[in-house]
Amino acid sequence: MKAAVIVFPGSNCDRDVAVALEQSMGRAPDMVWHRNTNLGAYDLIVVPGGFAYGDHLRSGAIAAHSPVMREVAERAKGGTPVLGICNGFQILIETGLLPGALMRNSSLKFVCRDVLLRVETTANPFTRAYAKGDVLRIPIAHHDGNYFADEATLDRLENDDRVALRYCDADGKLTAGANPNGSARSIAGILGEDRNVLGLMPHPERLADALLGGVDGRAMFDGLVEACAA
Amino acid sequence: MTRQATQTATPAEITPELVAGHGLSEDEYARVLKILGREPNLTELGIFSVMWSEHCSYKSSKKYLKTLPTEAPWVICGPGENAGVIDIGDGLAAVFKMESHNHPSFIEPYQGAATGVGGILRDVFTMGARPVANLNALRFGSPDHPKTRHLVAGVVAGIGGYGNCMGIPTVGGECQFDPSYNGNILVNAMTVGLAPADRIFYSAATGVGNPVVYVGSKTGRDGIHGATMASAEFDAETDAKRPTVQVGDPFTEKLLLEACLELMASDAIVAIQDMGAAGLTCSTFEMADKGGTGIEMDLDQVPVRELGMSAYEIMLSESQERMVIVLKPGREDEARAVFGKWELDFAVVGHLTDNGRMVLKQGGEVVADLPIAPLAEASPEYDRPWEATPSPAPLPAADIDPPLADGEALLRLLACPDLCAKNWIWEQYDHMVMGDTVERPGGDAGVVRIHGSNRGLAVTSDCSPRYCYADPESGGAQAVAEAWRNLTATGARPLAITDCMNFGNPERPEIMGQFVGCIEGMGAACRALEFPVVSGNVSFYNETNGEGILPTPVIGGVGVIDDLVKRMTLAFKAQGETILLVGKTTGHLGATTWLREIAERRDGAPPAMDLNAERGNGDFTRGLIEEGLLTACHDVASGGISVALAEMAISGGLGATVAIPEDIGIPTHGWLFAEDQGRYLLTASNPTLVMAAAQKAGVAIENIGKTGGDLLTVGDTVAISVSELTRAHGSWLPEFMAVPDEN
Repeated sequence: MKAAVIVFPGSNCDRDVAVALEQSMGRAPDMVWHRNTNLGAYDLIVVPGGFAYGDHLRSGAIAAHSPVMREVAERAKGGTPVLGICNGFQILIETGLLPGALMRNSSLKFVCRDVLLRVETTANPFTRAYAKGDVLRIPIAHHDGNYFADEATLDRLENDDRVALRYCDADGKLTAGANPNGSARSIAGILGEDRNVLGLMPHPERLADALLGGVDGRAMFDGLVEACAA
Repeated sequence: MTRQATQTATPAEITPELVAGHGLSEDEYARVLKILGREPNLTELGIFSVMWSEHCSYKSSKKYLKTLPTEAPWVICGPGENAGVIDIGDGLAAVFKMESHNHPSFIEPYQGAATGVGGILRDVFTMGARPVANLNALRFGSPDHPKTRHLVAGVVAGIGGYGNCMGIPTVGGECQFDPSYNGNILVNAMTVGLAPADRIFYSAATGVGNPVVYVGSKTGRDGIHGATMASAEFDAETDAKRPTVQVGDPFTEKLLLEACLELMASDAIVAIQDMGAAGLTCSTFEMADKGGTGIEMDLDQVPVRELGMSAYEIMLSESQERMVIVLKPGREDEARAVFGKWELDFAVVGHLTDNGRMVLKQGGEVVADLPIAPLAEASPEYDRPWEATPSPAPLPAADIDPPLADGEALLRLLACPDLCAKNWIWEQYDHMVMGDTVERPGGDAGVVRIHGSNRGLAVTSDCSPRYCYADPESGGAQAVAEAWRNLTATGARPLAITDCMNFGNPERPEIMGQFVGCIEGMGAACRALEFPVVSGNVSFYNETNGEGILPTPVIGGVGVIDDLVKRMTLAFKAQGETILLVGKTTGHLGATTWLREIAERRDGAPPAMDLNAERGNGDFTRGLIEEGLLTACHDVASGGISVALAEMAISGGLGATVAIPEDIGIPTHGWLFAEDQGRYLLTASNPTLVMAAAQKAGVAIENIGKTGGDLLTVGDTVAISVSELTRAHGSWLPEFMAVPDEN
């Protein structure tokens, strides 16, 4: 399996996700600079977290116009799995690969802590190694993670089974207290129409190693390896 | 022979008022005239002013800083460079420093704090290290003061805004409140980085003819005279100084970090220094002074944000995210390509000369021509008069009736501003980015894994200003000992410290006496614990209208954990484990948190320091951790045994039953709340082994109880559910910050 991690000026979770990928894949992914206009063949493309272009203008807005993102969009349309984590999710939305918007957190503050996530669907390459209804503990770290879309879009996402993860409490219930940023319908991660693009605000790569306090994120990367081998 | 310098900007007459406005005393100006043999022009006066400011020259503190121990076999570079460097084994070095950004943060909390973080990060990556951990030691005024909430919100957001964007985890720190900081908050930022031990970059500019290069952001008209501002007291005019605060851009700094580390992987660099306080002036003078060279610079080559900037403005600007690099000859194109890739400015602005002078040109004319060594080295050094702080009498618990029942007092202490949980703060900091945070904030010390290994760095910052105020010598020693103890409690071997000395106006003998006393105590503790000082910073003039802050020598400590699997945390782990107390308890309550919060008094001697016992108890405890004999470990600090037990219970979500030893002749409030030093609380599943080891080592140890249940029960006077403790501990800060500001 070959994976690419896209690196923008200001990316800062690129190494973290590369470590998690290597752990599951057994080989390091390629780190691809944002000016690259000739992407090689990859089984997986990851758009990592960070502050691409310093979040200037709007989170993800400038990175979405990087040369490499035209390639990434084409690959996504061709069926290559594309995973956007945190700032990567923001960039995928700005690129138009995913619907909606990520607004400032309802607290108006940056928030970094573990949250609980309920797995809503497993019919995709990213969450296939979990079971529907699983409650995962995964950290978030963002200022702009408040997912918003109009009601029709939200209905469509739900009807198409494209909400992958929701913020929940320890019993798997969706409560206001368990929603860390005010996201519409507690949405933490969504799939593209063809189910090969996932954008999520939480950082699965941060809890994929027991020494760091948890391994709930690891199955996402293990699942991707299985999906690519299948 | 000196060429007569001319000016392109409006020539200004150098009047006594202008000299005084530049913060130079009459004596200092006389020294300027003697060094130059003529009157300076305005640019030159400005350069003298910042170079000789307290902030840059350490003129009041030098004499005493020299007395601190700075050497150990593992010290690679002590004070004097951008940051301290220690060997941590496996071919790696830890590079670290703490620095204050107090004055700017009071005036403009978001940008002041943000640029404080930016400055300390640059100090560390300038030396070739990738930053791996940030800490922040914050001190605010009374919660009742109308500005406090606004300052807390702004400072925390600023620290997060910069560190989060840089992608460096903020893994530790402290936050306290005291009315003495009402007009002078303290924002002390620390960064720890990792570098190959044989690839450390220094600032000595050598090699006549070598190109001097400017990289990073453009120079603007911001922060001019920031260093001079930081060397004066605040008064009613302070708000008018807002334009002297710089504006940070963490995105540019992230690019600068990556570009510098990329260029450092080659051998193109001779010397490198960041532009911090006093900007281009301080960096170039220090580099040339250390290298014994001169510099000729063409200011027309300096990338600027706006046209028409004078030499004075260019030299004194404190615009952020800038570096000066001396390259090997002929390596300019290679370096330019790296900085081009990262979309940063790169300009050859001059070259090194052999005449020991700083010659600045603008518009083809010489606008300043100064000898480097006299400016950098002959800066004034003062032996300021000082008065020793009178030693207060000890305050045994028996001499003071508790105004509150012990249980209520414990709940109130857990909820008091200094001891309450600080999640509201550190959850605004990304403390997990880089994927190596093993111990998140809230424990005794932050722990980050050394990337790609099974070893870790433990980092902490500590100071108890109320002790330093009561007895500077004892308080200074205590700050060092507490940092050492916090590292020890995680299982780390403490290796070295950085100090950030925050004091009032050193021209007042009682303030100078606090400084002298703290240094004395710190030195003694550093020697006893083999815990040398490798870097530091002094911030004087933390005064408003003649009211000084509590003396606050903050200690940043760094230690190494050789096997992260063996590291220790403070949480109770399992039911039925034995709780052990290492160290002696005298029950004195002078200068304790209990005395301040419960008895509303601030008198008495702080806890006595016994550095031999400190060392013995700590080495013993660390040995137990290394042998795998413990299940939890926590140092006993502010609030005493009761608060430490509560923190262990809260963290583990598990209660305990503890008996107060009977025949010790201390009232219960003394045993529960005294802050005797050198103590640790441990849990062990096999206490017999631990007790035997203590006996053999001659360490005072007591079996005081067992973990288990939902209640924390201590003696007959405390029985509180863990959920109630948790609520008390966690609610004060979020509730305080949720109140809307009146203005």
